[in-house]
Amino acid sequence: MSDGHDTHHTDDDCGCSDAEATRPAGEGAVPDGGTATEAGGEFEPVDVFDGSDMDLRPGADSCYKCTSCDTSCPVAEVDDSFPGPKFQGPEQWRLKRKEDTEIDDSIMGCSNCMRCDGACPSDVPLSQMHNSARGEYVDNQMDKLSREYIRNRILANYGTLARVGSKVPRLTNAVMGNSLVQKINEKVLGITAERDFPEFADETFRSWWKRRGGPKVHSEEKRIAYFHGDYANYNTVEVAKALVRVYEEFGYEILVPDQRCSGTPMFANGMLDDARRSAKVNVENLGDAIENGYDVVASCTSCSMALRQEYPEQFDLDGTETVAANTYDALEYLLVHENVIDPIRAVDGDQLDLPDFAYHAPCHSRNQGLDRQAVELFRHLDGVDVEDVGDSCSGISGTYGWKEEKYDYSMEIGEEMFEHMEHAEGETGMTECPTCSMQMEHGTGYEINHPLEVLEKALVDTDVEV
Amino acid sequence: MAPGLASDDRSTLLVGFEAATDFDAPLAADRLTAAGVPFDVEGATVAFPGEYRADAAVTRLAHALERDEDAGEGRSTRQRLADRVRPHLGDAERVGFPAILGDAHVEDVRADLSERLDAEVFEIPTGPPSLPGIRLEDRLFEALDEAGVSMTTGNPVVDHETDADGRIERVYIDRNGARIPYRADAYVLATGGLVGKGVDSDRDGPREAVFGCHVPAPDDRMAWSGEGAFADHAFARFGVDPDDRLRPLDAGGSPEFANLFAAGGVVGGADVAREKSASGVSLATGLVAGRTAAEEA
Ligand code: SF4
Ligand code: SF4
Repeated sequence: MSDGHDTHHTDDDCGCSDAEATRPAGEGAVPDGGTATEAGGEFEPVDVFDGSDMDLRPGADSCYKCTSCDTSCPVAEVDDSFPGPKFQGPEQWRLKRKEDTEIDDSIMGCSNCMRCDGACPSDVPLSQMHNSARGEYVDNQMDKLSREYIRNRILANYGTLARVGSKVPRLTNAVMGNSLVQKINEKVLGITAERDFPEFADETFRSWWKRRGGPKVHSEEKRIAYFHGDYANYNTVEVAKALVRVYEEFGYEILVPDQRCSGTPMFANGMLDDARRSAKVNVENLGDAIENGYDVVASCTSCSMALRQEYPEQFDLDGTETVAANTYDALEYLLVHENVIDPIRAVDGDQLDLPDFAYHAPCHSRNQGLDRQAVELFRHLDGVDVEDVGDSCSGISGTYGWKEEKYDYSMEIGEEMFEHMEHAEGETGMTECPTCSMQMEHGTGYEINHPLEVLEKALVDTDVEV
Repeated sequence: MAPGLASDDRSTLLVGFEAATDFDAPLAADRLTAAGVPFDVEGATVAFPGEYRADAAVTRLAHALERDEDAGEGRSTRQRLADRVRPHLGDAERVGFPAILGDAHVEDVRADLSERLDAEVFEIPTGPPSLPGIRLEDRLFEALDEAGVSMTTGNPVVDHETDADGRIERVYIDRNGARIPYRADAYVLATGGLVGKGVDSDRDGPREAVFGCHVPAPDDRMAWSGEGAFADHAFARFGVDPDDRLRPLDAGGSPEFANLFAAGGVVGGADVAREKSASGVSLATGLVAGRTAAEEA
C-alpha cells in the first residue's frame, strides 16, 4: 500500500510541510521528503538521501498525516469522544516533546487493538506510543483508589483470579454465572452484567499435561515450547490439547515451560509494572527453552503479539529480542516448517464431523500479518467451508468490552462482524483469539472453534499421513 | 463520479460540509467558473445532519449515510441531507458531494439522494482518507480472494534466494526478527519510489531496496537535483529501468531476474510529481506487470 501514499504525496501537500516545520533548520531533508531543499538554506545533496539518523528521530516525525491509522481505528468510528490514533500517537507525542504536557485522558478510550499500528505505512510506532502514554497516564494521573483503577487492575490481572477460581471450577462457574453477582460486579466494579463469565475447565491444561506425564514424542530436531497463556490453561483447555496432539502428530517434542500471563490485558490497561513482572518471568523461561533448541509457539495471537512486539517495544529485558525472533503463532509455525497442505488435501472433509465455519481474524493476528492463514489453509479441506467474515474488529479487544461504560461501543464495533457471521454459510465460528471468541459467541450464539481444533479433527483423528 | 465530468454542460451544484473542511464547495465552484467550464456551477456549504464532533472522521459520516442512520427529528440522515441541499438547488441538474457517500453501498446512497433531489448526484474525490481509495482496495482484496490468491500484509520482505538460473526462488519476510519464507513462481515489485521507501540511496547511489536492482542515476551527485524546490530534479525520476515486460534491468541492460516485474512508484523515468501522473503510471504499470507476471506462473 505504500505505493498509494507515494501517489498522493506527489500530487498535493499531504502534510509533509508540517513535518518540515518541526525539523530543526539545517538538517536538510529526510528520505521521505525529498522536497526540502529550501529547509536548510544551503543545499547539501549528501543529506537528501541519508537516512541514517532517521532511527534516532522519535517516530512522531515519520508521520506524514496520511490518516490511514484514523480510518483503521474501530473505536474512533463509534466513540465521538475518542480523537483517534493520529492524535493519540504522533501528535500528542510531538506536543509532549515541546513542553511536558499531561497525557490526554482520551488515551483510556483506546482499546489497544493495534489496528492503527499495522495500518501505518510509515512505521510510526503507534502501539508503542499508546502503550507508553497509557502507562504514564495510569501511573501519574489516575487515582489509585478510583473504581476505574481498581476495576482495570482486576481485569488486567485475570490470570491471578483464574488461578484461584480454577481451584474450585464448578463453584466459581456457579457464582460467576449468578445474575445477582453479575449485577453487583456491574454496580460496584463497573464490569458489565451483559456478558457471561467464561467458564473454567474442570481440569487446567497444566494439570492435564502433568497427569499425562508430559510429552509423548521425543525429538532432538523438532522441539517447541508451548506458550499457552492463561486462557487456554484455565478455560479453553481443548485448544491447548489440540495443539499438543497436532504437534505430536507432526513429530514435535513439546515443552510446557513455566509462564505467566503474556501481559496483553495489562498493556491495554496501562498496568506496565504488572506487565513487566510477567514479561520478565516469560522472557527468562522461554529464553532458556530457546537455548535448549526449542522454538516458542503460542495458540493465542495476542500472546504471540505481546512476546514478539510489545515486550521488545516496552521493556529493555535481557533476551527479549531473542524471544521475539523465535516466537511464532502455532499455525504459522506449522505452515513454515511442515507440509500441512498436502495432508489436508488428502482428507475427505465430508467424512469428518466438522461444520462449515465463519472465520474472524483477530486484530492482533492481523497486525502480525496472519489474518489470512486459516482461510487460506482450509481452502484445501474439501467439504468444509471456511468463510472470512471480513476485516472488521470484533469489538471486545480483551478487557475493553468487559467495561460497563464501553460495552455499548464494543457491541457497536462488533455489529459488522455479527452481520457478516449471520450471512456466512457456516453457523459455527472460528478464530484464534479467546476474547474475540467470547464476543462472537455473545453476538451470535454460535459455538466457536480454534483452527487447531479443526486441524486436530482433520489430521489427528483421521488416518491421513502427515 | 462519471456524472461529474467537466465536459458535460449540465448545470451543477457543488455541496460541501462544514465538518469535512478539505472540500470548500463555493471556492471550488468559483475556480471552475474562472476556468471556463461549459456549465453553470454554484457552491453551497451545509451542516452534516446529525450530531457529530466538528472533526468527525469521514468514514463515520460515510457510514451514517450508508446505514441511513436516524439524524434526529424523526428523519434519517439522507432525508435530512436532501432537505438541507434542496434550497440551494436552483435549476442545477446534477449535484456534487465530496466522496463520502458511503462505503460498499455507495451506489445505493447515490441513487437515493439523486431521487430525493431530482438531480444526478456524483462524488468528488478529496484528499486522504479517501473513500474511493478504500473502496478500490476492498474490491481488489475481494477479487484476489475469489481468485484463490494467498495474501499477507504488513511485514517487510527482507531477503531472497535465487535458484541456479538466477530466478527468485523465495523471499523472506520479517516478523519482529523471525524470518518467514514465501515462495511464488513470479514476483511483482510494487514497493514505491523514494517516498515509499522502495528506492534506497546512500553515497554510492540509489538502489532498489528489496532485491538490490539497478537504479540508473547520474554519476555526479550534484546533478541529482536541480536549482529550487520545483525544478526538474533527476532524483524525482529515480527508479528501476524496466524492459517491455516490466522486468527491472541491470546496468548491462538484461533482466535482473527472469521472474521479477515492477509496477508503480518503483519504476523510474517519470517525474510523476511534476507531471501529476502518479496514478496513471501506477495503474498502467500495475496492469502490465500483473499480466506479464501471470505468464510466468
Ligand atoms: S501515524 Fe502513520 S498512518 Fe497515521 S497519519 Fe501518520 S503516517 Fe499515516
Ligand atoms: S489501538 Fe485500536 S483503538 Fe487504539 S488508537 Fe489504535 S486503532 Fe484505535
